Amino acid sequence: MFSNHKYIAFETIVIKEIRRFARIWLQTLVPPAITITLYFVIFGNLIGRRIGEMGGFQYMEFIIPGLIMMAVIQNSYSNVVSSFFGQKFSNSVEELLVSPVPNYVILTGFIAGGMVRGLSVGAIVTTTSVFFSDLNIQHPIITLAVVLMTSIVFSLAGFINAVFANSFDDISIIPTFVLTPLIYLGGVFYSVQMLPPFWQFVSSLNPIFYMVNTFRYGILGSSDVNVFWAFMILAIFIIVLYSSCILLLRRGTGIRT
Amino acid sequence: MPIAISIKDLKKTYSNGFEALKGISLEVEEGDFFALLGPNGAGKSTTIGVLSTLVNRTSGVVSIFGKNVDTHVYETKLDLGVVPQEINFNQFEKVRDIVMAQAGYYGLPRKLASERCEKYLRKLGLWEKRDDRSRSLSGGMKRRLMIARALVHEPRLLILDEPTAGVDIELRRSMWEFLTGINEQGTTIILTTHYLEEAEQLCRNIAIIAEGKIVENTSMKLLLAELDSQVFVFDSADELKSDFEIDMEGVSVKIIDSHTFELTVPAVIQINEVFASLDRKSIPVRSMRNKTNRLEQLFLTKLNN
Repeated sequence: MFSNHKYIAFETIVIKEIRRFARIWLQTLVPPAITITLYFVIFGNLIGRRIGEMGGFQYMEFIIPGLIMMAVIQNSYSNVVSSFFGQKFSNSVEELLVSPVPNYVILTGFIAGGMVRGLSVGAIVTTTSVFFSDLNIQHPIITLAVVLMTSIVFSLAGFINAVFANSFDDISIIPTFVLTPLIYLGGVFYSVQMLPPFWQFVSSLNPIFYMVNTFRYGILGSSDVNVFWAFMILAIFIIVLYSSCILLLRRGTGIRT
Repeated sequence: MPIAISIKDLKKTYSNGFEALKGISLEVEEGDFFALLGPNGAGKSTTIGVLSTLVNRTSGVVSIFGKNVDTHVYETKLDLGVVPQEINFNQFEKVRDIVMAQAGYYGLPRKLASERCEKYLRKLGLWEKRDDRSRSLSGGMKRRLMIARALVHEPRLLILDEPTAGVDIELRRSMWEFLTGINEQGTTIILTTHYLEEAEQLCRNIAIIAEGKIVENTSMKLLLAELDSQVFVFDSADELKSDFEIDMEGVSVKIIDSHTFELTVPAVIQINEVFASLDRKSIPVRSMRNKTNRLEQLFLTKLNN
């Protein structure tokens, strides 16, 4: 396939993905914004006042990066998992599979779709956060890099979930029983330095912990983790997940008979 | 004539151990209108699935327009348009968006995609519905939408898996006309159908597949010539006598009711002779028809054999 044809195919997939979530914006864009606003009001404003400082910052300031990252992670993941599984379920994925679009273009298109939704919701949450606290981004490049890479990681993870899913239950199990606990235990609402050494070690095994803290470093300039290692971990996740997705597409797992 | 499709020793065993294809070999010439017939579960859809890469084959070699589908993935897919048996588009999308997306997957620039989209939606009578959500279309319209979608990149080979299933007779005939038209313009067509009349009307060559094997692969003309007798149903304008007989060797009579009778006529006897004989008996024939479709008669014979 010529490169301009590949680009047209990629663009088609991305536009289709954006149209899909934009068409149902009441389900895709508004609920996360409302949920996160409630977090700001309840945890940041009402309870946060009593907590005082966390990691050297006002509690509201402390939780903002984690809540933005939570929105990006959940929405990048859910966009890809629901879209690709939906296409599997309706068999419309066959449109793509019989066409000459290379596997990596299909995958990149879905990742881009997941990133656009994840970052759109992230932008809505960031804008909302301005009403609750001043947002002075200390390291813009690190902030941007970590949010983009995190969005890629969870878009890829969502794709793998969709490939193996056989029912709508299968696409909600991982977000409910794996993703949500990892996010909540990933230092969104607290600093791991508050934890006993054993639980600090357990937290260090949670990849989301590195993502949230690196993002917090980008915004606040303070972090519980080594930023370099955090980027290394993100890069390794992207490489491993991307390779796995390509392998699954090549084998036709879950999509070809 | 160049070969559009070449299948050699194609085998497919599903993970549950079911052998859907037991080493079929088949060639379809370029420009042909080819029927792939067989009962349910015979392996037709598996064969089409392999051609369209939706089914991974166990073994065998498949080439499209002389190019191996494994080594020339892009070129062979570009030459191929597939209309599946089941509706397989997103029913929440608009008609136009479905066709435009397919054009995009084949790398068509937006302007060309838009022109082709209009061309095929108009040809298939869907242009007025272009901004409607596809779920609001009738069953026949959904099938036509799948044909428009499959044609938007103007493939040289079109595979139709039961395209007229559940479609009313009027629409079926208009689809036949449309398909004949695109075949005359050079598109090779492979058709699977349960309507044997459809295959007989449209197709020049035929393969019958049963239990994963090709049991017949010939031209429609030669296949129909294999019929050694045909059963015709006659309607008489006058009431038939109870002892009505016909004085022709090899022709047997069966009276259905007071005005209707069946004649089983060997292939060696011309219909003119039958009419002459009926004329001698002063039987005024109002109408005559085949009792069963000729291809259906042969199809059942082949399967039973």
